[in-house]
Amino acid sequence: MSHKALSPAIYGLIAEFDTATDLVHAAEAAYAAGYRKMDAYSPFPIEEASEAIGFHKSRVPLVVLLGGLLGGLSGFGLQYWINVIAYPLNIGGKPYDSWPAFIVPSYEMTILFAGLAGVFGMFALNGLPMPYHPLFNVDRFARVARDKFFLCVEAADPKFDIVDTQKFMQNLHPVSIEEVPH
Amino acid sequence: MREGPEEKTILQDVPWPDEPPVMTPGQSYGSVTDQIGDAVLKRPIGLGWLLGLAIAMGFVALLGAAVTYLFLVGVGIWGINIPIGWGFAIINFVWWIGIGHAGTLISAILLLLKQTWRNSINRFAEAMTLFAVACAGMFPVLHMGRPWVAYWMFPYPSSMGVWPQFRSPLVWDVFAVSTYATISAVFWYVGLVPDFATMREKAESRYTKAVYGILSMGWRGSARHWKRYESLYILLAGLATPLVLSVHTVVSFDFAISILPGWHTTIFPPYFVAGAIYSGFAMVLVLAIPIRHYYHLENMITMRHLQNSAKVMLATGLIVAYGYFFEAFMAFYSGSTYERFMMENRWFGPYAIFYWLLILLNLVVPQVLWIPKVRANTVWLFVLSLVILTGMWLERFIIIITSLTRDFLPSSWGHYVATRWDYAVFFGTLGFFFAAMFIFIRIMPAISIFEMRQLLPESEVKAK
Repeated sequence: MSHKALSPAIYGLIAEFDTATDLVHAAEAAYAAGYRKMDAYSPFPIEEASEAIGFHKSRVPLVVLLGGLLGGLSGFGLQYWINVIAYPLNIGGKPYDSWPAFIVPSYEMTILFAGLAGVFGMFALNGLPMPYHPLFNVDRFARVARDKFFLCVEAADPKFDIVDTQKFMQNLHPVSIEEVPH
Repeated sequence: MREGPEEKTILQDVPWPDEPPVMTPGQSYGSVTDQIGDAVLKRPIGLGWLLGLAIAMGFVALLGAAVTYLFLVGVGIWGINIPIGWGFAIINFVWWIGIGHAGTLISAILLLLKQTWRNSINRFAEAMTLFAVACAGMFPVLHMGRPWVAYWMFPYPSSMGVWPQFRSPLVWDVFAVSTYATISAVFWYVGLVPDFATMREKAESRYTKAVYGILSMGWRGSARHWKRYESLYILLAGLATPLVLSVHTVVSFDFAISILPGWHTTIFPPYFVAGAIYSGFAMVLVLAIPIRHYYHLENMITMRHLQNSAKVMLATGLIVAYGYFFEAFMAFYSGSTYERFMMENRWFGPYAIFYWLLILLNLVVPQVLWIPKVRANTVWLFVLSLVILTGMWLERFIIIITSLTRDFLPSSWGHYVATRWDYAVFFGTLGFFFAAMFIFIRIMPAISIFEMRQLLPESEVKAK
């Protein structure tokens, strides 16, 4: 069945649930059954849901740290270069490298770069903006932005089989199961 | 699965008889979504809203006229003249930026402290921050005399070969305020993205759907996305918290780094930050009380929110009182003739009436907040908030004007009287602020929908 993984006819199978608890338990069962290429969808963040699908660590904190370091160093470097090398000014007899005075802009630059790196990093890691996604082909999926919870097992998963997976998902007692067309 | 008591259920409970709940019981994901979303999508445009916007836009027109005349003639149309180089422009700058701080406090600091009651007021408080910072940002630029070269404040390789002077707190201010504006804007937008997705699905017209769709970036609520989103959100809160404290600290450095009596004092940073939060919460109440009333959001912005805000105002008001007391104490304890004269001048000099009015409005009257019945009455809270906003404006007036008009040498003393153009610009920015708020509550969800869903007891994942 290798041709399936190469060009699957559908994106996957999506099951709808009424509560956050049902979704998390279903995701845990699917993970236990060996499915890996799947995702849970919910109208608000559920800490347990990302754990259940096996997504434990976000790299956003690292991006923020790197952004902050870059901001702080470039902020300080900019001021040092300007006030010591490029345009030295004698202000009240203070030394050119009056580093305590450079703390404030360096600090602000740290926060600015860390924050922007985090925001752009979060969207980039999430692959957003992505206005079109196969899931939007499923009409019921619109309610993910309101009050429903979804679990999608993707056809790209090596264990995916249209018949077996559907059978497996039925055992999770969802409200409905639908195929997600491309 | 989470162990221990279910915190979310407790939020809707009433801890003791007099305490109102954070959200009235009986809400569901759908009802929360509809109440907030329909206020934007379904609610017809009312006469009251139109009238309010029209009045605010009238003041925006006044601002436009005042600024045009300012650009044509120069800052001489204002009441400023040596030795009073900083008049209304800097008073208003400090006042507006202080108001913005409550928004960041609510959205960032209360998030880190797990004060989930903030979830229903953080969105419009952040919007308030953004618009207040926009108003604040206008003043230094307008005050420049040659505002068309405002970009000279930023370090860039110019053909003139000159660079900013980084030992000046005024340059620090450029960095602090522009960082603050940027981070506030992205924090606000990131918070809005999942709600834009909700609005995208709720909207009926194709055009509205497309606009919200673009703004939502195609958000689809994936668990992986939420995980990264949550870790960013908490980090942004962690970054915004020291940022908000640093911004008003840097604003106070504009004064404290100088040698002028009454300005050159180490108490300025904490006392400025407390004053900022004091006036900011007052503005939150000025906005929240009418919004919850006219948009029928009483079951989400409950009396608990108003009472908690009142308590924050009471606490920060006392910190401000401590600041006033120690300003006076240190003036005499320092043994400096000039410091002592500064204080006597505030008490009995030409601006004494404003000083005593400030003490009355900022310290004496707000003490009625100790009475629980006052905290439970929206009319009282609204009026007290206006009193505090006026008091905080007077505080900045006293700090700036009394010290500048009478410094060391009597031969260099002066007197400051604001002109009609000073008032026109000030009221113009008030109009701009309220016009922006009026437009905001009609086009964006004024309460964070997804964070309200999280407050519901059924959002808790139960063990098998």
